[in-house]
Amino acid sequence: MEPVAVVGVGMTDIRKERRTDSFADMIFEAVQKALGDAGMTIDEVDNVITVSNDFFDGRTISSMAIQDACGSYNKNITTVEGDGTFGALFGVMRVLSGSYGTTLVCAHQKGSESESRLITNAMFDPIYERSLGIEAITSSALQARAYMNRYPVSEEQCAMVSVKNHGNAFKNPIAQLPLALTVDDVMASPYISDPIKLLDCCPLSDGASAVIIANVDRAKKITKKPVWVKGLGFCCDAYHLGDRDLSEVASLSQAAKAAYAMAGISDPAKEVDLVELYDAFSYMEPMWLEGLGFCERGEGGELTASGKTAMDGELPVNASGGCLSGNPVMVAGLNRIIECVLQLRGEAGEHQAGKVKTALAHGTNGPCGQSHCVWILGGDK
Amino acid sequence: MGKRVAVVGVGMTKQRAHRPDVNGVEIINEAVRAALADAGITRAGIDAVFIGNMDHFEGINYMETWSVDGSGGLMKPVMKLTTGGTTGTTMAMAGYYAVASGLFDRVLVIGWEKNSESDTTGAITTAFDPFWDRPVFAGAVAGLALEATHYLHETEATEEDAAYVAVRERKHALNNPYAHLHLDLTIADIMNSPYLSWPVKMGDMCPRSDGACALLLVSEDRADEYPQKPVWIQAVADRHLWAYTSDPYGNESIAGGNWFASLERASRDVYDKVGITDPLKQFDVAELYLPYSFAGLRWMESLGFCDRGGGPELVLSGATDMGGECPVNPSGGVMSSNAIGATGLLRVADVALQIQGRCEERQVPDVELGLVTGFGGCMWSDVLILGKEKPEKAKG
Repeated sequence: MEPVAVVGVGMTDIRKERRTDSFADMIFEAVQKALGDAGMTIDEVDNVITVSNDFFDGRTISSMAIQDACGSYNKNITTVEGDGTFGALFGVMRVLSGSYGTTLVCAHQKGSESESRLITNAMFDPIYERSLGIEAITSSALQARAYMNRYPVSEEQCAMVSVKNHGNAFKNPIAQLPLALTVDDVMASPYISDPIKLLDCCPLSDGASAVIIANVDRAKKITKKPVWVKGLGFCCDAYHLGDRDLSEVASLSQAAKAAYAMAGISDPAKEVDLVELYDAFSYMEPMWLEGLGFCERGEGGELTASGKTAMDGELPVNASGGCLSGNPVMVAGLNRIIECVLQLRGEAGEHQAGKVKTALAHGTNGPCGQSHCVWILGGDK
Repeated sequence: MGKRVAVVGVGMTKQRAHRPDVNGVEIINEAVRAALADAGITRAGIDAVFIGNMDHFEGINYMETWSVDGSGGLMKPVMKLTTGGTTGTTMAMAGYYAVASGLFDRVLVIGWEKNSESDTTGAITTAFDPFWDRPVFAGAVAGLALEATHYLHETEATEEDAAYVAVRERKHALNNPYAHLHLDLTIADIMNSPYLSWPVKMGDMCPRSDGACALLLVSEDRADEYPQKPVWIQAVADRHLWAYTSDPYGNESIAGGNWFASLERASRDVYDKVGITDPLKQFDVAELYLPYSFAGLRWMESLGFCDRGGGPELVLSGATDMGGECPVNPSGGVMSSNAIGATGLLRVADVALQIQGRCEERQVPDVELGLVTGFGGCMWSDVLILGKEKPEKAKG
């Protein structure tokens, strides 16, 4: 792959409700921040990818709502529906195609205006599954239970993820939900869907983000601190939950394998310095870490308990506070990428996790991590 | 530099009013199997799947993960794009970029819709701003009537001129077994059909259909491995300029001298890349996303096939009929079949088949270069040029 870099990033604060902001207001803020970060004007953006979801937005062609605000007027533009990691990956493709020197990718979400349970219920088969009431939380509970049944991972270990990530959020001013918690607090919080308790869950969130991706020539002109895309992979598992072993992570392993191969990484535990992954529920962090190859299957809980994934540990995971501390769906993956970029630049402020040379960003689509996207980012080309 | 990209497999279902015999995943699978068979490969020969539809028609969230049993995407990279009516052409363009990027050599792109399961107008209405547009916006028909009214006001065109287009599209469809409507109509039939939203009548409008389309796009490195001759994507472009219903008729668009600015700019973008200066002469065939008859007049002007106001004279001359200088929509077009997410991709598919000489009854002789457009919500435009010749370099 020819070198491609992230040259500008912008995030709005993630908040429970940004009542006075429309989708367009949030996107405008995020895009302005990304342009400011890159020191670019909108005229230097060659094409635009927007990321949104018609269900969450309650709008067919949900990108129409932000068409003017994202600055795409008179530019080639398209819309990826799914997590921001996927949209940004398509942005990389547009640069690699040789058609564009720079791509702006932006995403928005207003969880405050969404009926999240009905919307995620609509992921499921309309005839056989939806009437069960299954949605994001209950399906994830099935997965969490299957995972804990098969492997020696405990609810307490998952609670430690929640304690860690909510704690990290205190150091990230854009995070929505910094909380000083103990494992006992999490364990004592009410069950939403066994084994998932209230404090194992991400909140509903409003927010928007934007990144600017550039080819090597443009990247060098735009910034002194380009962050290079070293590896990419995405992969989709079977749809019906009964067609998968929910305790397994086949599509994530496959996506990671592709990304590592591209980046020339043979031992991620040694070669990756920091991870930002999609932790909508606390059990996901150890499970995805296993799928990403940072430990053997079943060792994810112990990895968390050992403190290695803490901000000052060997492998800081979700130093930003992760999705548990603010989860504007769609935007979430873009934020994972942006947090990695800030860490690689050494500009993550109070949540800077030491010196970071190689970072991994991760996002998912579909129920129970059906489809995964993995990015490897690095400070050196 | 990007890879050059070719279409080497085409699959489409027959477009029908209602396919109660298949669900969404199964109708997708019909098109996918047809495309794989056409390319002489199995699912193992695909590196990635790009799929699109419009969420609110079928009411399936995360459609791309829902459909992996049918799309062939199981344990492969799968991505969804959706842009409204342009979704089908957007899928072709997405496949183009994915292959041109060098990340994938063989990409399956899919567009589909089961409009029989949708409240089509209800779903389209939600595209528009909930405060300013939605209370007064009555779906696609009324939105297009706005444009038609403006066109009749600004030019000498008549409703009968538009009816000629409606008749042409349906006559062309008689040659296409894949088309949904097979209607042998007269101008009088169109004129006597009931008004839906003045000046647009029932006979002027597209139907809503069930259908799917899949194409296999491959890089120049693999293009010779397939039984059918590769059809080369010469250039692609799009413009999505507007957010509100009335934006396309605002000051910049009209007083600024634009007719249908997004189509004008996207088409000039690809014309410049390919060296098109006289589209009527240079294109051998065009498959255009014309959702209603007046588009077959006004949009020909925006595409530069004739001057402003010259649409009726061009069309009535027979230049766009079968046997004319540049036949438009030999397939019968959107006014004969409209499974919305598939519609744009069907335009690409039909031009590819025309270039390969595989269109049977609807074949235009000696097609070397073809034009494709996609149209969608709030007057958005995608434009692609396909050709027999491999381009000198990837021109995106």
